[in-house]
Amino acid sequence: MVSKKDVEYIASLARIKLDKKEKDKLLKDLSSILDYVEKLKEVDTTNIEPMARVTGTLNKLREDKKPKILSGDELEKLISQAPKRKDGYIKVRAVLK
Amino acid sequence: MDIKTLTIRDVEEGLNKKEFSVDELRQENLKLIKKENKDLNAYLTVFEDDGAVHYSPSVIGHSLGGVPCAIKDIMLIDNTKCTAGSKILENYISTYDATVIKKLKDAGVIFLGKTNLDEFAMGSSTENSAFGPTKNPHDLSRVPGGSSGGSAAAVAAGLCIFALGSDTGGSIRQPASFCGVVGLKPTYGRVSRYGLMAMASSLDQIGPITKNVYDAALVMNIISGKDSFDSTAVDVEVPDFTKNLGQTIKGLKFGVPKEYFEKGLDSEVNTEITKAIAKLESLGAEHIDISLPHSEYALATYYIIMPSEISANLARYDGIRYGHSKDAKNLLDVYLASRGEGFGEEARRRIMLGTYVLSAGYYDAYYLKAQRIRALIKRDFEEVFKKVDVIIGPTAPTVAFKLGEKVNDPLSMYLSDIYTVSINLAGLPAISIPCGIVEKDGKKLPVGLQIIGKYFDEETILKVAYAFENK
Repeated sequence: MVSKKDVEYIASLARIKLDKKEKDKLLKDLSSILDYVEKLKEVDTTNIEPMARVTGTLNKLREDKKPKILSGDELEKLISQAPKRKDGYIKVRAVLK
Repeated sequence: MDIKTLTIRDVEEGLNKKEFSVDELRQENLKLIKKENKDLNAYLTVFEDDGAVHYSPSVIGHSLGGVPCAIKDIMLIDNTKCTAGSKILENYISTYDATVIKKLKDAGVIFLGKTNLDEFAMGSSTENSAFGPTKNPHDLSRVPGGSSGGSAAAVAAGLCIFALGSDTGGSIRQPASFCGVVGLKPTYGRVSRYGLMAMASSLDQIGPITKNVYDAALVMNIISGKDSFDSTAVDVEVPDFTKNLGQTIKGLKFGVPKEYFEKGLDSEVNTEITKAIAKLESLGAEHIDISLPHSEYALATYYIIMPSEISANLARYDGIRYGHSKDAKNLLDVYLASRGEGFGEEARRRIMLGTYVLSAGYYDAYYLKAQRIRALIKRDFEEVFKKVDVIIGPTAPTVAFKLGEKVNDPLSMYLSDIYTVSINLAGLPAISIPCGIVEKDGKKLPVGLQIIGKYFDEETILKVAYAFENK
């Protein structure tokens, strides 16, 4: 039920580069797992709401206050592991054309 | 002094009586780890120099002062490596403490190191770790279970006094069962997930892996509680979980689901669980036969919801802010290469599965359908808990299997979790305690008994576990 094209499309959505061998394996694995989960079609879920909350908590809100802006050592600590940095910013490849 | 069998209470007593000092205990543990970890591969990182907390004598008493522990390498300890068992975070250094770590530090705990796990907690054997599998201390040719295999093996081998694990579909309870130790998954929302690298946000919980039930209760006292950094941690009172231990379970009603004893359960494990049920009856508890009719759909439901949440939670590992990064000529290629190289096979499989079921055209048929069945699974438990106080059954369908036995068949690996996943789907608490032995190839392999409780009723499952353990 899953095609090779599906695998390529999903891999692009998931932002994961796959080689041919990996694509073939995933095609096989995904097909067999999706076959297994087909059994869920047997269950009558008429009038059942999808379970959105696990133990009943509602959205927790906080005050609409301006957050603390980091600088100096605190900032450096948080971005120190980015591969490319400049002047307290993280450098990335062009986002806009 | 055999430090391998020391419990938390033994440590407190030993420190009080000045039989050993905090530092002596820590050094003995480190020596043991140096000697035995190469055979087990339970620890990924050992804090040789002072990764310890400064011990404050005033903390002695009901707390965990000076107690050495191990932490699954998916919870952040500030300024120390945290890999999640993955190449994508091979050199990542944590930039803050998880809330549970902060609480353990305040309680005076000593951190020995970080333990091995299946990559991003995905797996049931610890074979999906990018840094080699952990071996089961009872039989080095077998798996310790997963994904908290390193933590369970470390406790079982006496390489720490207790450990923390995390459980999304059985990852504390199943390795506890395979390694013959105690593992507790709290009610969803009982323990803060802040600083736990998220796998599936509606299923994950942190919990203790210990040598006995009392120690699990002691650790729960420290790590539980609401947290402003985790909006899913519930504002519910944290009792003293040790208070009811030792009370009789006479008259307590335990339910045995018929669905847990159908095909798939190894006959030798069945024998041990049946003996365990008889033991509970001999303690005066009342056996009630029950049914959880949607049990057969739990695994399929889990394998839609969990990968969906994973695909969202692992999107952050993109080589931009931290972690493995492969530069390329454009942004898209940076993502594709960094993630393609950094993630292992199981992680890729689950991300792809999640991406597929959440994609346009499939969301309703798969994800929403699974969430509706999840509601039915929860309802099964709620109905049953009107009649019983706890639910009893096997933790896993088999004892520890051989390394390599299930790696080529993902589905057969997933089936290790048939008795544990529905508990995460419903958000209930459950504990696994050792209840028997099955002998295979001349080795004695532990069997775990699972005790499932009502929402926020860890006290009762601990009480039953303690009574069983101490008969």
